[in-house]
Amino acid sequence: MVGTPRQPGGPGGRSGDCRKAARRARRRGGGASQLIGVRREKSAIPPHRKVGGLVPFGDLKPGAQLLLVWMSFLAPLVLWCAVSYIPFVWHPLMRVTDPGDVPYFKEDTLVEKKVFREENGKLVLAGKRPAAGVPANPVFLPAPHEVGRALHKSFTTPPRRNGEPWLHESLWHSIRIIFWGFFWSSVFGVPLGIVCGTFPAFSKLGEPAVDFCRYMPAPVFGALAVAVMGIYDGPKIAIIFIGTFFQQVLVVANTTRKLDTSLVEAAQTLGAGRLQVLFQVVVPGIAVDLYNDMRILLGWAWTYLIVAEYIGASSGITYFINQQAKYRIYDNVFAAILIIGVIGFGTDRILDRLGHVFFPWQKSSRPGLIRTLLDSRRKPLPA
Amino acid sequence: MTGDYKIQSPEVAARFARLKGRPVVMDVRNLTKTFASNGLGHTTLDRISFRVFRREFLCVLGPSGCGKSTLIRIIAGLDSPTSGEVLLDGRKVDGPGPDRGMVFQSYTLFPWLTVKKNVMFGLRMAGQSGATAESEAREWINLVGLSKFENSYPHQLSGGMKQRVAIARALANRPRILLMDEPFGALDAQTRAQMQAYLLEIWKNVDVTILFITHDLDEAVYLSDRILVLGTNPSRIAEMIEDPVPRPRGRAQFVSPPFLAAYHRLNELIHPPSAEPQERTHIARMTMRGDDVE
Repeated sequence: MVGTPRQPGGPGGRSGDCRKAARRARRRGGGASQLIGVRREKSAIPPHRKVGGLVPFGDLKPGAQLLLVWMSFLAPLVLWCAVSYIPFVWHPLMRVTDPGDVPYFKEDTLVEKKVFREENGKLVLAGKRPAAGVPANPVFLPAPHEVGRALHKSFTTPPRRNGEPWLHESLWHSIRIIFWGFFWSSVFGVPLGIVCGTFPAFSKLGEPAVDFCRYMPAPVFGALAVAVMGIYDGPKIAIIFIGTFFQQVLVVANTTRKLDTSLVEAAQTLGAGRLQVLFQVVVPGIAVDLYNDMRILLGWAWTYLIVAEYIGASSGITYFINQQAKYRIYDNVFAAILIIGVIGFGTDRILDRLGHVFFPWQKSSRPGLIRTLLDSRRKPLPA
Repeated sequence: MTGDYKIQSPEVAARFARLKGRPVVMDVRNLTKTFASNGLGHTTLDRISFRVFRREFLCVLGPSGCGKSTLIRIIAGLDSPTSGEVLLDGRKVDGPGPDRGMVFQSYTLFPWLTVKKNVMFGLRMAGQSGATAESEAREWINLVGLSKFENSYPHQLSGGMKQRVAIARALANRPRILLMDEPFGALDAQTRAQMQAYLLEIWKNVDVTILFITHDLDEAVYLSDRILVLGTNPSRIAEMIEDPVPRPRGRAQFVSPPFLAAYHRLNELIHPPSAEPQERTHIARMTMRGDDVE
């Protein structure tokens, strides 16, 4: 009489609805998070699913998954190392170690290989002392170890001029701009999107205009924003806001429309009124997808950061990068770009983890730390 | 072949007499639904009229595409009829409400709520305080035998368990009538059989009237007091059959004469023998001689 809860490793392929449910779960479980979701479904591969990285919509073994994730970071790094450290891969220039008798060569000058050979040829013919040098890459491609050193150095060296911010100050400034731009965008965009997605009247009233504005690139509002809000943080936050808001309304409205309407109908037959449906069914019903949308939109906000920071008085990480480029310290430029990547990726990973805490009902959710500890004492986790 | 489905044993006849003496809970009058498609009106339901008595178990049976679901959605208030009306206790139905609980084929449990919170949902909507709703929800969960799972989320349950939660959730509102739209259609045969027996048990013990939609003949005969058979294109009432199988019902009755009689009658109505000779399909022989399977 009493059924048993479905075991993750139980008999699979029993019927189509099981497979359909799995597919639905994948689709609904936030496509974007799936792209980078690493260890999420380690133990939850349904047995009827094909295992293999090149099987369409197949599943990877956990080991292979981890390996590929490492590869995805290591492969570009290896390529970068190859270009930087193996002389015959690229190295179009020569770094002069001994200028010899070439009048305009100095130590550490970078010279094109052709020029270097020609000059040395002339010197040999004239019986003078030839210059010596080693193959080198252009100044705009520093080697990994140089960038690594710069990563450390850029945080520890004081700014060149008085009043210039340290790197961490620049970064913090940028993060504040992003935060406030995204915050204000969400304060208005999310409720508007949910209302548009829920009620067709609001959809028709709001979305066409929003869709129209979406095509205007945010930076075109730069001059206007400066005129209205001055040259400091105001217009920058405004650009992030404009860049995020219109997309946000449409994305949230679409996510809302994807809610399973039978849940709304069920709520209605249980006596829920219009507002109760909105707050007790629509909002919790889309919460997981909404959260994942927000993660993607936050990434979007970052892409507007650089243009935003050019507006008015240049500031934040953009100002830092520009200054370093002016001084031709490209290791610091790379270091700063890498840091942006690390911050963006790190934030997203943290938000992904937090998502499992916020939404324990997710199918793929991993149990929290305390839960895991308790379970591990009782029984081994299913393989 | 089999006996007449209209022959009722004395106790079955007495049961129907009692049933029809009870007040009418729901009165469906001349319900017509027309969908406009490509400028042409397409009638799905054509003047459907019937009554449901208090504590009755009424099945609506029909081939797929006959508008069974449209009918139950109109009764639930999720759809509106083109003409005609549905009266519940004499009052006209307008929009969905907790007096007509609904159980859907697709479970429709709220995935973000635990079993207990799901069952509490309707009670909270009705304005009950958290504590009262919780203790009441516990009783209903207990009734469907899921006390151990009251803090589980729906995705942790099997299909049959989910549907039991859905039944508890609908019953917790004390509906005048419980509408069930092919509730066991997505379950495997064994679980479906369990759920059918289970539903009869609940129906016996809880003061509720059930309107049950199905396309499964066995299910209809096994569960019902009366069976409303719908025809297609447009669907009219083909016949209202009084189920001659005595209660309590059991699997053993599936081969009893009254069961078979009712089954055959339903089969005639749902799959009428066509007037034209059946078209034969010719399949060319593509196997080796001596490799026959028959």
